[in-house]
Amino acid sequence: MITLSINGLNVSVEKGATLLEACRFVGFPVPTLCHLDGLTPYGACRLCVVEIGEGAKARLVSSCTYPAEEGLKVRTASRRVMRARKMILELMLASCPQSKVIQDLASAHGIRQQRFKQEYEQCILCGRCERMCREQMMAGAIGFRGRGEGRSLGAPFDIKSEQCRLCGGCIYVCPVCQLRCTYTVPEKAVCGGCANLTPACLEKEQFADMMCYMEPCVACEIKKT
Amino acid sequence: MERLQSIADFNSLRRRLQVDSDYSRPVIVIPAGTCGQASGAKDLILIVKRELLERGLTERVSLRITGCHGFCQAEPSLLIEPRRTFYPHVSMDAMSRIVEAVANDHVLDDLLYIDPLTRQRIEKQDDIPFFRNQRRTILARNEKVDPIRVYDYIKADGYSSLVKVLSRADPCWVIEEIKSSGLRGRGGAGFPTGRKWELLAAQHDGHGKFLVCNADEGDPGAYMDRSVLEGNPHSILEGMLIGAYATGATEGVVYVRTEYPLAIKHLIIALRQARSMGLLGKNILGTGFSFDVSIVRGAGAFVCGEETALLRSIEGFMGEPRQRPPFPVDKGIEGKPTVINNVETWANIPIIIERGAAEFVKVGCQRNSGTKIFSLVGKIKNTGLVEVPMGITIDKVVNEIGGGPAGHAKIKAVQTGGPSGGCIPVEMFGLPIDYDSLSSAGSIMGSGGMIVMDEHTCMVDVARYFMKFLKDESCGKCFTCRKGTQRMFEILEDITNGRGTMEQLELLAELAHVVKDTSMCGLGQSAPNPVLSTLRYYRAEYEAHIKGCCPASVCRALFEFHIIPEKCTGCRRCVSVCPVGAISGARAEPHNLDAAKCIKCRACYDVCRFGAIVGEAIVMQPGGEKHRAAEPDATQTHPLIEEVSQTKSTQESALLAVSGVGAEKIRLSAERRTSRSKGSVKAKATRLKGSRKKRR
Repeated sequence: MITLSINGLNVSVEKGATLLEACRFVGFPVPTLCHLDGLTPYGACRLCVVEIGEGAKARLVSSCTYPAEEGLKVRTASRRVMRARKMILELMLASCPQSKVIQDLASAHGIRQQRFKQEYEQCILCGRCERMCREQMMAGAIGFRGRGEGRSLGAPFDIKSEQCRLCGGCIYVCPVCQLRCTYTVPEKAVCGGCANLTPACLEKEQFADMMCYMEPCVACEIKKT
Repeated sequence: MERLQSIADFNSLRRRLQVDSDYSRPVIVIPAGTCGQASGAKDLILIVKRELLERGLTERVSLRITGCHGFCQAEPSLLIEPRRTFYPHVSMDAMSRIVEAVANDHVLDDLLYIDPLTRQRIEKQDDIPFFRNQRRTILARNEKVDPIRVYDYIKADGYSSLVKVLSRADPCWVIEEIKSSGLRGRGGAGFPTGRKWELLAAQHDGHGKFLVCNADEGDPGAYMDRSVLEGNPHSILEGMLIGAYATGATEGVVYVRTEYPLAIKHLIIALRQARSMGLLGKNILGTGFSFDVSIVRGAGAFVCGEETALLRSIEGFMGEPRQRPPFPVDKGIEGKPTVINNVETWANIPIIIERGAAEFVKVGCQRNSGTKIFSLVGKIKNTGLVEVPMGITIDKVVNEIGGGPAGHAKIKAVQTGGPSGGCIPVEMFGLPIDYDSLSSAGSIMGSGGMIVMDEHTCMVDVARYFMKFLKDESCGKCFTCRKGTQRMFEILEDITNGRGTMEQLELLAELAHVVKDTSMCGLGQSAPNPVLSTLRYYRAEYEAHIKGCCPASVCRALFEFHIIPEKCTGCRRCVSVCPVGAISGARAEPHNLDAAKCIKCRACYDVCRFGAIVGEAIVMQPGGEKHRAAEPDATQTHPLIEEVSQTKSTQESALLAVSGVGAEKIRLSAERRTSRSKGSVKAKATRLKGSRKKRR
């Protein structure tokens, strides 16, 4: 067992546990987007940052990937953490404003405006779908491509992968737009989360750029039959 | 190539090589690294070979083709040993004369290096200020060795450190020696190498351990690792062999970028030679110690220089960093313990073993021992690779070795540590170059890039340039690094285009701090450095941009060139260099610059010797109308920009003049200026207006 202090509270967790697990174990809320129980920790969204260490050596780490260490002092809601978290949410709101999940998180953190140029992207590249596909569905049909600005998710060469079984797992785990396309009847698969949007899969032409990794899309396929 | 069966075999081979060589015979040394070849060293080699054969000098004069010596400014250059005569910028025509002079032991005075400061000719390489002020230990070995000839390296005491280690047969002693030498990783972070090795040696894993040489040098304008790999690949192998012996590692990997074909070629040759001589592979020199090295070619992603991303790349995955801990020394390639060191670190190892740690510590300063190679580039007279002891001041490197500013403009700042480093202003040039001082100044040592900037450089534009690089090179895994660099670039782009606001500046600083705080790897954590350091030292320049003026006349949207008729002598130099024909005028009469045609390429600005061409701020008015800001005061004939770049106090007053005073004054003063040559200017003004409309 490893004993560490979280917000001044001494906690014992098993060896190999992450800071996020330790924090949640004792009930300190840490928001996450890219984390999902059952998938390997990835640390992409940075929303789960917590402050560790003291004095000049204090630093922020993503709690979902950082292993619990003996005697570690963790702060989950210090000023530095909150400043970082708010900025991350502001950046997310600036890029993916339609996501209900992000809107709710931003609202909960008291963010009333975002100061960047508004973009209308959908994906935050958290990689949940990719890990779901590879680790849980044992398919590995989609993956990351490119780097920096050109980074995207999809099948190689944007051709439907032979590995894909159209299970829809990738869509199911998407944290940014949790409820889209989860319904089996396309007409009723109206995005519950982002009610202001027509579901992307129903009007392909109109939302050609939208996030839908399935090629062909599950919902669209069902519609055809 | 004979296979050496024992240490005695090796010693006798070395003795034989050293006895056989005739040190008095003149040698023509041609540096032909990538930089040398690009400037024509290959042609020189062909000519020298032909001349030697034609004149029957093959028995009297030798030729040695080596890697880069460092003085890239003077390439293609020649070094004649044993006199150590140095010929810079050797042309093909001069080559046959040089060969003749070498054969007769003459020196060709007219081809010697001319010191730009004293205008005197200097014969010996070691007397040239660029070389004299350095302390060359690693680079000096490049001169002695033909990288594709292992015998050259052995003759120059190569592999003797390995033999020393093997005959001592005490791995702990090696680690103690490296530890007491105080060698810190030359890749940038400065982690003590000895400690790293100690941690690896302490790992008791029966499945093997890895050593990695990180030759993924991605910083723009930095090429230290390339020149060492190209010029002396055996020294890297020797360093790795010593490291493997000390730590018990079984496999080595050199991760080198595919963009370095010559380095890869030399490395492959070196590996083949070392293997066939029994210096690499199983049972090295009959001691029972086994170690082999393979090459992995990187595809050139900047982030793969980061150690965890590099490991992923070696394993064949996408180059993406992961969370540390677990550190590579616990879990590296395929989960096995791994130590990663930079090329320069490995090159230092044989030197430490050869000379002893006590000797090594004497060079450099407290906690920063040894020498460091910097690639000194930018607006200075002598560019190239310089090797200096740690703790030397920036001033010494820039002004003594670099020879001061290249043009007439004064030096303004130096950017260290590559794209994720920071800018250090000229006022702080007394700062010693070591890991700790640089990071306290908001920059980093990095792998050793050093870009000198003069007053014609806009710091906001510099930050924008580096941010563009980082935005493209961020792996994109961390949301904050990917989006943060994109947003920082977006804001910097706005500022350089005159659309910036003070709120954006605050946002930029806030965002930079968060990106630094929350990113996973070294790239993201240091990505905001260019912004933070320029904001820290050149905030006034940012504010000037927001008020609509680029003090250095770089940001195209914020200035227009025009010619001061009083200063223009009508020499037509600018007319001849203008690529779009925007400048017109007869000889000996003041020229006229058509701002509508001008593409602001700065060619005229750079050639004008009279300071007659100046940039003038275009001020954005509240209505969106652009105005040219003229002289803030009638008595001042100097335009605004020149004033701003000269002193800080005038900078402030000039800013006030631009910002505080309303459109009225600006328009008035603009009229005052135009009244100088009314006829032509009026026509120009209408043209200008039209062009601005078009631009909008």
